[in-house]
Amino acid sequence: MSYTFTTPEQQQEMLQEIGVNSIEELFASIPQELRFRGDLNLKPAKCELELEQEIASRAKQNQAGSGLTCFLGGGVYDHFIPSVVDEISSRGEFYTAYTPYQAEASQGSLQVFFEYQTLICQLTGMDVSNASLYEGGTAITEAALMAMRITRRTNKVAVLQSVHPEYREVLKTYLKLQGAELVVIDTPEGTVNLDEVIATLDEETAALVIQNPNFYGNLEQVAELADAAHDKGALLICSVDPLSLGVLKRPGDIGVDIVTAEGQPLGIPMQYGGPFLGILACRQEYMRKMPGRVIGTTSDRLGAPCFVLNLQAREQHIRRDKATSNICTNQGLLAIRATIYMTLIGPQGLREVGELCCQKAHYAAETLSGIDGYELAFDRPFFKEFVLRCPVPAEEVIARAAESGLGLGPKLSLFADGLAADTENLLLVAVTEKRTREEIDSLAEVLANGISERILAQHA
Amino acid sequence: MDPAELKYTKTHEWVSLDGDVATIGITDFAAGQLTDLSYIELPDVGRTLSVGEDCGVIETVKAASDLYAPIAGEVVEVNGALEDDFDLLTNEPLGDGWIMKLKVANATDVDALLDHAAYLAHCETEEH
Amino acid sequence: MRNQQATKLIFDLSQPGRRGTQFPESDVPVKPLADLLPADQLADQPPPLPEVTEADVVRHFVNLSQLNMSVDTHFYPLGSCTMKYNPKRHERWAKLPGIGDLHPYLDESRIQGMLAILYEMQEMLGEIAGLPAVSLQPAAGAQGELTALLTAAAYFQDKGEDRKKVLFPASAHGTNPASAAIAGFECVQLNSTVDGLVDMEELKANIDENTAVFMITNPNTVGLFEKEIAEISRLMHEAGGLVYIDGANMNAILGITRPGDFGGDMMHYNVHKTFTGPHGGGGPGSGPIAVRDFLEPYLPGPVLTKLEGDDGEPFYSLRDPEKSIGRVRSFFGNVGILLRGYFYLRTLGPDGVREISEIAVLNANYLLAKLKDILPVPNGDRCMHEFVASAKILQKEKGISAMDVGKRLLDFGFHAPTVYFPLVVAEALMIEPTETESRATLDAFADAIRQIVDEEPEFLHQAPHSTMHSRPDDVAAARKPVLKWSAQAQ
Repeated sequence: MSYTFTTPEQQQEMLQEIGVNSIEELFASIPQELRFRGDLNLKPAKCELELEQEIASRAKQNQAGSGLTCFLGGGVYDHFIPSVVDEISSRGEFYTAYTPYQAEASQGSLQVFFEYQTLICQLTGMDVSNASLYEGGTAITEAALMAMRITRRTNKVAVLQSVHPEYREVLKTYLKLQGAELVVIDTPEGTVNLDEVIATLDEETAALVIQNPNFYGNLEQVAELADAAHDKGALLICSVDPLSLGVLKRPGDIGVDIVTAEGQPLGIPMQYGGPFLGILACRQEYMRKMPGRVIGTTSDRLGAPCFVLNLQAREQHIRRDKATSNICTNQGLLAIRATIYMTLIGPQGLREVGELCCQKAHYAAETLSGIDGYELAFDRPFFKEFVLRCPVPAEEVIARAAESGLGLGPKLSLFADGLAADTENLLLVAVTEKRTREEIDSLAEVLANGISERILAQHA
Repeated sequence: MDPAELKYTKTHEWVSLDGDVATIGITDFAAGQLTDLSYIELPDVGRTLSVGEDCGVIETVKAASDLYAPIAGEVVEVNGALEDDFDLLTNEPLGDGWIMKLKVANATDVDALLDHAAYLAHCETEEH
Repeated sequence: MRNQQATKLIFDLSQPGRRGTQFPESDVPVKPLADLLPADQLADQPPPLPEVTEADVVRHFVNLSQLNMSVDTHFYPLGSCTMKYNPKRHERWAKLPGIGDLHPYLDESRIQGMLAILYEMQEMLGEIAGLPAVSLQPAAGAQGELTALLTAAAYFQDKGEDRKKVLFPASAHGTNPASAAIAGFECVQLNSTVDGLVDMEELKANIDENTAVFMITNPNTVGLFEKEIAEISRLMHEAGGLVYIDGANMNAILGITRPGDFGGDMMHYNVHKTFTGPHGGGGPGSGPIAVRDFLEPYLPGPVLTKLEGDDGEPFYSLRDPEKSIGRVRSFFGNVGILLRGYFYLRTLGPDGVREISEIAVLNANYLLAKLKDILPVPNGDRCMHEFVASAKILQKEKGISAMDVGKRLLDFGFHAPTVYFPLVVAEALMIEPTETESRATLDAFADAIRQIVDEEPEFLHQAPHSTMHSRPDDVAAARKPVLKWSAQAQ
């Protein structure tokens, strides 16, 4: 394929206008000895038809993809995406535009991002939202750095072990070179013990970072944890599942100072892990400490209301090494998807999707834990995900289920720093509104017939 | 304030010492660089500052400048009027546009600052 | 022709009881929520999202999309951003079942097709960089910078060296110092020469045993190749430091010269720029990094390796490098964007890849030649894939600023160039035409600028004249920020 649109004759005329004889001459400023001669070791070009056939065969090698009934969780979920989301977000006017530096040429994107910021505030009960960050893990991390700036406590951040292990790892990577300590508070019971939190936080702690529902699907005592943090002058940062907020109280209403979230459940396909959407919203007083792009309203030369990039003086292109973050993009296209998704489902839809997930997850938990040899790992209230203790290593259960076209995981042993207890047999199970009773029942059947009968036979 | 009586920093703050309380602001030179001022962040009263510590921000739409503590001390008062009226800062930086008052921790800090002549010479070099 | 009704804020279109999507009844036995969840955590009512119909949503957002300029609709010569044509086939392939719908925790044995593609992408990016070890994890260019700096910090620490300084020229992107600060380094900015290149004397004066990394964009942000780059690298290496190449301008040198060959130790790509991941109104990006082999052990995990399976076929596996700095984000990376880059490279092959840079450089020089008499280019008559013109004289003589020219271009149906960056050129207009524009478009653009500079300054100060809005008040926006709609304000 070629994506250049000048003919060889035109190129000659252009060279003449420039005043050189060849394209090669245009590269004269690159010292000869630094030139790369010969061909890059890349495969020869394929045309659209050829490459489509190759990609299709690669797609088939991913047996796990289409046709798999997905019970996988751990931060990424198989939620329903209404067709309008794909249709609108694939409009070239949205997806081939860039950051709205020229407000007059970008009112479409600007208005959508302003609507996004408003929707995130409505969803979370917070005062201000930015126009999005990379994804859930970096959102938590940016929130922690933000809390360190706000409290001017640069030595310590505390995080619950029940926060997604990968989010915690990102936090650790970023904090290490800031010279700040990351204190991990254990959660062996599946949620944190409040007394342990109170004992751990001190006057040097910038923030307590929690997730609700947490990585295991369980609900933490958010309001009480907020009090514990505030008692020591620390902020409470809470990562939430946006689709839980039709059912659960909003973080802004129960004392959370900075809310973050992985926005993938809001109409974004799983795409093997990204691109996703990092949500960050906070209380009014922290507005100027927020990282990332922010859109605001103003009026134009004739007084008509319109939208612009706002609060740019916080950002890297102006403040350079003093910026609130090095982030330069938002996740525009994903913010557009989330905006469309939220307006389509509305308050009732949000409530219904939350209820469906919750009901089906509880039906699944009851059914699966009723099979001989299986039990729930924790006795804690959960939302749409739970940890199942299997009679054999979780890996075997995942492999067995996959043979029947059922996707399970992650196994908790995937994470070096998952749980204090033995994790080999622990499996995270997520149930979204898309899963039917029939699918849940057939999962139960596979687990019973494939695994539990065999185990019981071995022990008999 | 009489500019000749004040002490200065290279980062364009001025200091006027009265007993153990220092009044601090930004200079005419610095104020002259500010167009379209959009936000001023002042330090919290009660905060203890060390010499050279960032203690506030002055933002315009296209730029942001940090405010540095010229001397060490505890913030005893800030000029809240600035937050509502940016013109005070740009029009009367040495008068009603003062920024904060510090209870000085170490009076000799002031000796390390520039006098008026030295400060003017410093501005010369920045303009070129 | 603007549809005033449909483009009201979505909140003003809300009518109680309307909805845009339906969910089925539960097919499992339904229990009272209060039996499943603690009563004190249950919401009394759902959040106050707007209530609109599906048709409202479609008409609202389609109308909004039409208020944008985009690569699909307009020439978009936004310097430094590489706004090239985004092939449509990439969109279809990235969404194919078995490609776009993979959960990140699927067992690797079941997604060998995806891992094969990503492994091949790693290899291709290493080849184009001339740097063998690649991490696809960073979510965007700025995160690529940070990741590379963390990698460098881990390397120095491992060697028992405590190097604290990161150097960069004044023309650097703001992300360079911002990333260095987050990585815990001290930032030292160096002045450029009058030609817009690194000042070698200033560099020498600042290199010492405390210098960790020199960050440089090459070609640099004024569109010039840093021809002393080999000497710069030699000096840095002699002092035990590393050279970081900001790959924002890779579109100029694909297959022409390689960062690894001119002395770079680490670099990032902007896949959304150079390799056509769409820009999406601001993102997503993807910022993979390539580094020398001795830095490989420190890369963030996971990276892909190619093993031999039991059947003798290749088996692709995820692993964490032995001394990894840890993750910089959750999950593998911005795979959706990496895929688009992969498709692009596969439809181009080695010749097509080199042709990108050849034509991008030809187009930029052609436009420069057509404009230099009216908009002088302070840094010479030749450029790489972009150039920085200055409206300084125009400003002085007629009061016409770079902003005026940029805004007026919108009336002619062209997106504005990047204005006021880099900071080292007064009244800067940074113009990057890319390779995917025809000569006719470039001619029309040059003609528009010629016409604009002869227009009345007063008329230009008020431009654009044909857009829905003109000259929004940035100062008012920043003084009293209104960042969301609220019912009370209406």
